[in-house]
This record gives sequence, structure tokens and C-alpha cells, in this order.
Amino acid sequence: MTVTMVYFAWVRERIGTGEERVDPPASVTTIAELVDWLALSSPGHAAAFADPARLRAALDQAFVPIDTPIAGAREIALFPPVTGG
Amino acid sequence: MIRIIVQTAPIDLLAEITQAETALERGAGAGAVATFTGLVRADDGVETLELEHYPGATEAALTKVATGAVERWELSAVTIVHRVGPMHPGERIVFVAAASAHRAASLEACAYLIDRLKTDAPFWKRETRGTQASWVEARDADKDAAARWTS
Repeated sequence: MTVTMVYFAWVRERIGTGEERVDPPASVTTIAELVDWLALSSPGHAAAFADPARLRAALDQAFVPIDTPIAGAREIALFPPVTGG
Repeated sequence: MIRIIVQTAPIDLLAEITQAETALERGAGAGAVATFTGLVRADDGVETLELEHYPGATEAALTKVATGAVERWELSAVTIVHRVGPMHPGERIVFVAAASAHRAASLEACAYLIDRLKTDAPFWKRETRGTQASWVEARDADKDAAARWTS
């Protein structure tokens, strides 16, 4: 399954890109598992995902809990807690 | 009528309030517009504040916040304008307005809009002081303020 990852704020800075296409193995079924799998792909990913408790997620542009299944997702976003307003 | 704007340009307060009032005149029995304007604070010598957002998801999240207000109160117009990109202390970063027949609904809806916007919309603040840049941490107080509307 190929999915577009998008990153914001310090997650984006640590990874070094705001967007990438990834192809996780079938054993990866939730966003949390995807984060663990992506953390292995580079030192930047490892740094961005070192503390999963500080991560928030969106699936196809809607906020979701980090344990949400990824089946059928086109776009998954990972970012820090929001600070607008 | 829901009006959602995400823009890099400065927020024109008079134009936005006028817009909300005009929407009111078209609605029957409308008599109150409450607004909230947020300014960039010069916390601890902040020189520049840069707002990053998630295009598409931002507008969807703000529309959901506005829809939540319309479902709770009898409103004839809701406006949310949020600025993104670089800005300086004293500049307007956010503007919300709620229009209704009487003040209570407008005032309560206005508080709801800004409280929920802070926790439910994908914006991130980055402060620059001299050559030092840092991402602003989310505040528990904002989470608590948004939570009071969940019941």
C-alpha cells in the first residue's frame, strides 16, 4: 500500500522534507505502527519520532487518534500538537 | 453564512466587521455582532512569528469549528479569518465574529470559536528572537478552555 506522508513544524524540520511517498509492509496496520516503521528509515525520522506521545496525526486531512488503522488512507499527516489562534 | 479565510495578507478589521454586519442585515431579526481579535504578542523579545498550516485540512477544520457554533446557537453569520506566514508583534493573527439576534448567543459563540480554533485547527507557531528560532509548545490551558465546550 502506497501512501503520501506529510509533515509539519519540527517533525518536518527533523525529517528534512514536508512530503514523501512510502510503501509500508502489510504488517503495518495503524498510524502508530507506521510511525515505528518510519523511524527506522533515517536518523532524521528517528529524531522526529523519538517521543510518539508528542505526535498528533491526520488521515486524509482529518484529525484522528494515533492508533487509527491506515487501510485505504491516501494521505497521512504527522505533526506536533497545534498552536494556532 | 459561514466565512472561512486563511491568508498571508494583514487582516482588515473594518472590512471583516462590515462583512459580518452586512450578513446580519440580510438575516431576519438580527441585532448583534460579537468579535474577537488576536494580536501577536512580543513575549520575551519575540521579533517574528511565523505561522505554518496544513492547506486544505486547515480550511476543513475551521469550517467544522464554525459549523459547531451554528449547531449550538442561533447565528446568522460566522466569520473566521486566520493569518499565516511571517508576522510581527502587534499585528493581527486571528479574527472571529459571530452574528445573531441578541448579544448572548453572539458573545458565547465568539468564545467558542476562538477556544475551539486553538486546539482543533492545524496551525503551528514558530518564534524568532535574533538568530534563535523555536516552535511554540501547546498549552494545557488552551486544551482546558476548549474542553469546557465538549459537554
